[in-house]
Amino acid sequence: MSNMRQMRFREALREAMSEEMDRDERVFLMGEEVGHYQGAYKVTEGMLDRFGARRIIDTPIAESGFAGIGIGAAMMGLRPIVEFMTWNFSAVAFDQILNNASKVRQMSGGQFSCPIVFRGPNGSAKQVGSQHSTSMEHFYATIPGLKVVAPAFPADAKGLMKQAIRDDNPVVFIESETLYSVKGDVAEDQDAIEFGHAKIVRTGSAVTLVAYSRMTHVALDAASLLAKEGIDVEVVDLRTLRPLDEETIVRSVQKTHRCIVVHEGWSYGGVGAEIADRVQRLAFDWLEAPILRVAQLDVGMPYNARLEQACIPQPERVRDTVKRLVFRDG
Amino acid sequence: MAKESSTKASPHAHSDRFIEAATERALDVDHLAHLYRQMFLIRRVEEESARAYATGKVGGFLHLYIGQEAVGVGAIAALRPDDNVVTTYRDHGIALAKGMPAKALLAELWGKKTGCSQGLGGSMHLFDKAHNMLGGYGIVGGHIPLACGVAFAAKYQQQDRVTLCFFGEGAVSIGGFHEGLSLAALWKLPIVFICENNEYAMGTPLSRTLSIEDVSQKAEAYGMHRDRLIVDDVLDVEAHVAVAVERARKEQLPTLMELRTYRFRGHSMSDPAKYRTQLELDDHKQRDPMTRARAQLLAAGYAEDRLLDLERSAEEEVAAAVAFADDSPEPDLSLLAPTTYAGPFAY
Ligand SMILES: Cc1ncc(C[n+]2csc(CCOP(=O)(O)OP(=O)(O)O)c2C)c(N)n1
Repeated sequence: MSNMRQMRFREALREAMSEEMDRDERVFLMGEEVGHYQGAYKVTEGMLDRFGARRIIDTPIAESGFAGIGIGAAMMGLRPIVEFMTWNFSAVAFDQILNNASKVRQMSGGQFSCPIVFRGPNGSAKQVGSQHSTSMEHFYATIPGLKVVAPAFPADAKGLMKQAIRDDNPVVFIESETLYSVKGDVAEDQDAIEFGHAKIVRTGSAVTLVAYSRMTHVALDAASLLAKEGIDVEVVDLRTLRPLDEETIVRSVQKTHRCIVVHEGWSYGGVGAEIADRVQRLAFDWLEAPILRVAQLDVGMPYNARLEQACIPQPERVRDTVKRLVFRDG
Repeated sequence: MAKESSTKASPHAHSDRFIEAATERALDVDHLAHLYRQMFLIRRVEEESARAYATGKVGGFLHLYIGQEAVGVGAIAALRPDDNVVTTYRDHGIALAKGMPAKALLAELWGKKTGCSQGLGGSMHLFDKAHNMLGGYGIVGGHIPLACGVAFAAKYQQQDRVTLCFFGEGAVSIGGFHEGLSLAALWKLPIVFICENNEYAMGTPLSRTLSIEDVSQKAEAYGMHRDRLIVDDVLDVEAHVAVAVERARKEQLPTLMELRTYRFRGHSMSDPAKYRTQLELDDHKQRDPMTRARAQLLAAGYAEDRLLDLERSAEEEVAAAVAFADDSPEPDLSLLAPTTYAGPFAY
């Protein structure tokens, strides 16, 4: 067993990027306020001092421009990490990610790869309003050619970030402002974690809760509430959305016979819809109830604090949904 | 291929001419007093917002306009009430100058149902249709093409209404800025683009945002008129913007203006602004256009008593707005569906 250290999510990300920059000269980081300002959310604190302005590059506000520069550089063999101050602003660069990053390999008949990482905080924060609260992973997860990663804990953040940087494909790396200060154990020798492996973070028998990123913590909080009422739920933390570890989900549902997906963002055509499709196809005979989703209410994010909290999935809403499912025929 | 007639060779020569013109004109003391009161009101509203943020009444991002008041107040003074304004998330001062009541603004920041957007929009998204305040927007540059659309609608409907579009110098690198200017010049839209160059985009100084120092130069390649000035004097701002507004109204031609200003606070409440020195900040505070307007009034013989009355009345307006925001009810969930779709909800 290697030594464990308590580390914050943001520190784990920084350590992963720094280690990969140490081991591979082709890796560089680019984004708004990543250097002199030390990162809008302090993820990149100290990195400019350590690696210099050639590799830690402050950009103007030009997401389409610097995402595109990253993609071209990746085609030429560099390994850019592109930070979006938040994923909301990636909408401006969506064309670059959809039409260039994800497609260049196939369009070129496999001649060019695009080893790039796009990363930043996603989804809601706290009362930042309609235009700063969108969960963008649902859009990106529909795109073949991309990989989409969404860890919930510091150790996974570190291991998956290392893998994302080493991966030969474009990777969308989903973080959350509300996760950056979360602490967790990280092994001193935490290495890259292979994509496509979900993790059971709580075992139980009544229902399978499938979640990722920040919502894994909400699902775990709901599980604690439910435990007090004698309901024992299992929580699957997806860690990567594409590739999706359907095996772990299905195995869990075969045991619990019920499934609820918890995610931020809207339910229409989202990651939860994809999971519901796979579970009903692959575990139809084991299901005892419809698959439900707990997602953002089907409206834009309001500013008012109470309305915002009502829109975002909360442990209480997850708890109530579980109870509806469990006591369906009771 | 530039359009011959449309660019000004030297923005500085141009500026000087208008500064002269402004000083030659007899000073309208009551008008200046009116603008001073607006600036004073904005500053006090901002100070109350900051205080409410510290006590948790206001959440999310809060971008204050303190230091930049003369830009919004001077520019909007050059408009008719039926002219339109579009701006960024740093929108409090602009909204107040356009006529939004302080109580509707503060109630919005407090997240109350009586706010200008019923508590749904918040600080960054202030809208007031009755006053032709068409919103604050949160995605840098995203509102610039939208503002061109507002101007397009006026032209299409053969109205002589002008649109003012405000943005920071940080927005000048993004596609929305260039596409907006390109179309506005091509289609001769009645719009004035006002770049509030406050020297920093968050923590990034101008020198690391743009390859040139003169933002107004961006107009040249689009064959668009341009103007440029340092914001010391609110009347000077008004005089310069008035020229561009008339050009838009009479000739249906757009203008890009760069107004050099400075924000006294951080980018938002979470920014300690470590990227600049106290000396630099103090220097700019010395040249505060609001203080200058006050001194100008006194020098022009405006009685100090009247000035104090005017400030007192603004203080009362702010205090009443705070009380109004405090006492107002919160919105409830029933608002969300009808504000998402016009007509039945599409699921
Ligand atoms: C497309 C986009 N990228 C990044 C951001 C985050 N952001 C908000 S304001 C800002 C700085 C803008 O500076 P400037 O345009 O100079 O305006 P100022 O805030 O100084 O008024 C940044 C980077 C954003 N809102 N939208």
